[in-house]
Amino acid sequence: MIVIDDLEKEFGGPSGPNPVLRGISLTIEKGEVFGIIGRSGAGKSTLVRCINLLERPTRGRITVAGRELSGLSGAALRAARHDIGMVFQHFNLLSSRTVQGNVSLPLELVDMPRGLRLRRVDEMLELVGLTDKRDAYPAQLSGGQKQRVGIARALASRPSVLLCDEATSALDPETTKSILALLAEINHTLNLTIVLITHEMQVVREIADRVAVLDQGRVVEQGAVFDVFTQPSHPITRSLVREVLNLELPERVSSRLRHSPQTSPGLVMRITFTGPSANEPIVSEMVRRFGVSFNILHGHIDYIQNAPYGTLTVEAGGSEAGLQAALDFLRVKSLKVEILGRVAAPDRAVA
Amino acid sequence: MSQRLIELLLEALWETVAMVGVSAVLAALIGVPLGILLLVTQPGNILARPTFNRIVGAVVNAARSTPFIILMVAIIPLTRALVGTSIGTAAATVPLVVAAAPFIARLVEASLREVDSGLVEAAQAMGASPLQIVVKVLVPEALPGIAAGLTITVVSLIGYSAMAGAVGGGGLGDLGIRYGYQRFQGEVMVAVVAVLIVLVQVVQSVGDYAAHRLNKRERT
Repeated sequence: MIVIDDLEKEFGGPSGPNPVLRGISLTIEKGEVFGIIGRSGAGKSTLVRCINLLERPTRGRITVAGRELSGLSGAALRAARHDIGMVFQHFNLLSSRTVQGNVSLPLELVDMPRGLRLRRVDEMLELVGLTDKRDAYPAQLSGGQKQRVGIARALASRPSVLLCDEATSALDPETTKSILALLAEINHTLNLTIVLITHEMQVVREIADRVAVLDQGRVVEQGAVFDVFTQPSHPITRSLVREVLNLELPERVSSRLRHSPQTSPGLVMRITFTGPSANEPIVSEMVRRFGVSFNILHGHIDYIQNAPYGTLTVEAGGSEAGLQAALDFLRVKSLKVEILGRVAAPDRAVA
Repeated sequence: MSQRLIELLLEALWETVAMVGVSAVLAALIGVPLGILLLVTQPGNILARPTFNRIVGAVVNAARSTPFIILMVAIIPLTRALVGTSIGTAAATVPLVVAAAPFIARLVEASLREVDSGLVEAAQAMGASPLQIVVKVLVPEALPGIAAGLTITVVSLIGYSAMAGAVGGGGLGDLGIRYGYQRFQGEVMVAVVAVLIVLVQVVQSVGDYAAHRLNKRERT
């Protein structure tokens, strides 16, 4: 649906051209929700603006729905943009127009007859659940309602692609959820391709099918959201994932780890459960079979696109042989086990 | 107040209103498009023409930096060519328009610049042409500011029109100078100033009301 081929973008600066995007190649399939995530300054906003040529690429090609955009300009480019909707972080609604007027704007640009236009606007307002706000001005709406207007406006011309530039970043968590639910619904019902720019891993986890991680103008990692979450390979990805999955050990545990000698009897490990193993009674089986005891220090289970993904940090005690057998058992079950260190028994460790 | 004085005041008031009204309309017809042009041709804007922008900007600045009293005399040949005479109320409108149009242009430009660039970007993303962006986005969004700018211009024009009396333009200023100053009739001067105060008050109130009605940015 969208093919980005070896895209480069430089901005002219006082000290020569400043590369913002370097050699980006991505293929986004029809009907998928594709997330592009990165820290601020990674180039994600520039990247999404290159897709509808609000920013003209320095080099490389952009193809949307089989039409190469990077070669277009003037009227041909404007016509192509009717097929690409865009939603913005700060909504960008006209304050001088009502909700109805705002949604109607893209249709006025192509001189759609008034009757047809008003019917389409009503249809869009119903889709986003704002029929009762038709005659309100943006100043009278909440942030979430404004973004719904933004979405209705972007969809009014029935585009095949929707670009979302930090569409939820100005919204509170509750409103973010409802907007994401709306986008997911639109994605299903209209089979619309959605490209989602965000700095929040939460947003990607909620609705994206695939994700690309952007850092310093390069794609450093991409793949299915579940894989990127559970096996992040790039440090940037790992730090982004850590923010939402909360893998940090509590300070009390990590300080015990730091202060205990390597020969201490307790073994602290982090077990990662993915897919089917997340539903098995692994821990209780280990206790029964190997006579080791477990003290759970930290843990939680997340759902990424409805697949369970859990981590459990435990302090295991028992004979060395028993511990070794337990570790082997975990590996046989192909669970990921990380040994974090050794700790003395809690009563002796408190210093 | 004598009957004679009231007649004089009414006649002068009418001359002032006619002079200011006609020049304000003409100046707006020139100044608003000029202001739009000044904005959209700026480097990086939707119709960037840097050289054109610099030239028009320089002309506008030159017109604005000439003191009105000098401008009035300097363009007498132009006035003669346009209205056939350089004396009278009709003749006074020419320098008033020449002075007010660039003033309006700069005020309009400033109002348009206040429009969030995100709105222009959104319109571009929808496939709007530069003309559509001006007509559907920039001007409607800047309308409260433009209305306020026109109000300021009309108030300034009332002041300038008093000076236009100096070239035989008539109006309230002319009346005040001739009777109040040259004939030592202080009460005429006071009456003229009082009428001007009321006039400016009325113009400002109407302008404020219009700007308020056009502004949809506040919750109502």
